[in-house]
Amino acid sequence: MWQIFHKLGSPKWFFGIATRLMPWLLAGALALLAVGLVWGLAFAPKDYLQGNSYRIIFIHVPSAFLAQSVYIMMATAGVVTLVWRMKLADVFVKAVAPVGLVLTFLALFTGAVWGKPTWGTWWIWDARLTSMLILLFLYGGAIALDRAINDEKSAARAVAVLVLVGVVNIPIIKYSVEWWNTLHQPATFKLTEKPSMPAEMWVPLLLSVLGLYLLFGWLACLRMQTEILAREQRTRWVKEHVLARRAG
Amino acid sequence: MHPIRKKRLTIVLFLIAGIAVAVGLTTYALRQNINLFYDPSQISAGEAPVDVRIRAGGMVEEGSVLRDPESLQVEFRVTDFSASVPVVYVGILPDLFAEGQGVVAMGKLDGKGRFVADQVLAKHDENYMPPEVADALAKSAKDRAEYGAKYGEGSSNAPTY
Repeated sequence: MWQIFHKLGSPKWFFGIATRLMPWLLAGALALLAVGLVWGLAFAPKDYLQGNSYRIIFIHVPSAFLAQSVYIMMATAGVVTLVWRMKLADVFVKAVAPVGLVLTFLALFTGAVWGKPTWGTWWIWDARLTSMLILLFLYGGAIALDRAINDEKSAARAVAVLVLVGVVNIPIIKYSVEWWNTLHQPATFKLTEKPSMPAEMWVPLLLSVLGLYLLFGWLACLRMQTEILAREQRTRWVKEHVLARRAG
Repeated sequence: MHPIRKKRLTIVLFLIAGIAVAVGLTTYALRQNINLFYDPSQISAGEAPVDVRIRAGGMVEEGSVLRDPESLQVEFRVTDFSASVPVVYVGILPDLFAEGQGVVAMGKLDGKGRFVADQVLAKHDENYMPPEVADALAKSAKDRAEYGAKYGEGSSNAPTY
């Protein structure tokens, strides 16, 4: 088992796997997002109270969901960096942090646009919104810290520690609406219960979430490949790869 | 697993556990400040400070909304089904404001148990449904009420429709 684990850490091996996976990830992402978003934004029934403005949920929920998932993945990779000193884990953290930042911003922005007509305010300092803003700063902090330290290895460890410290924020985001009084409503999707919306609303939402996961997978592969090429530019396999690409 | 890695893993786990405990205790100590609003039970129990800007939140009690025909003044009661607090507000209410819906009001308690609000926000719940379903639900509730009035509550041989 440990052997597979260590093989996974080889940048060259990952590069090959990613090249083979990426077309599938992209095709799946585009198909699911096209169906989910067109269905959700154009054909799903409107809500009895909010009318059409609720449709922002088809962008808001997937991006908020992914923003938190990506952070958990980054924290897991951070543990691998600190304990096993695996290069690929650091490559992952560095490659996906900006993606997480954009997703968090998208969740906050769409939430504000929805909040104005629904609640009557763009922003309120309730526990859910504030903890989500902290997540945005954590992503920004991880990116900044990585840029600030020149030595690759020290940067990797510092960022891993920062990401791990911030991981306590994830359960706070998730349970903020249950632990405290907030303006933000509790989750519509729960693991143990039926979603409190009809199927013609939650099916497109689920498709959009899955589609965004695949799109994230594709983006992560692409960004990791770029990072690997930059880091390993002096190795023979990268030189051969570049020459082969240029010839082909 | 290599002993050095085992040691590092232990340190990492201790780091996470320590931070979790620290943050947990801090948020527990600050829970009253993290809560966005006081609910009506807390206000009627005297837990909310008087004449300080606070937020009050709950459901708008059915049949409690009184609009002043001469001005923008609205009076309503906010309830959590165990206590309720009267609210006075002058201004434009959000579109989703309605009886039976959640609200969060910002303002001050006036010492006579009345909450004078200067901002009212609508709180949306986690339920979504198409308008036809909402209409059907409202209609069946109305039918049931009419049926109950006609044949008496809890009639066992109620027709199924």
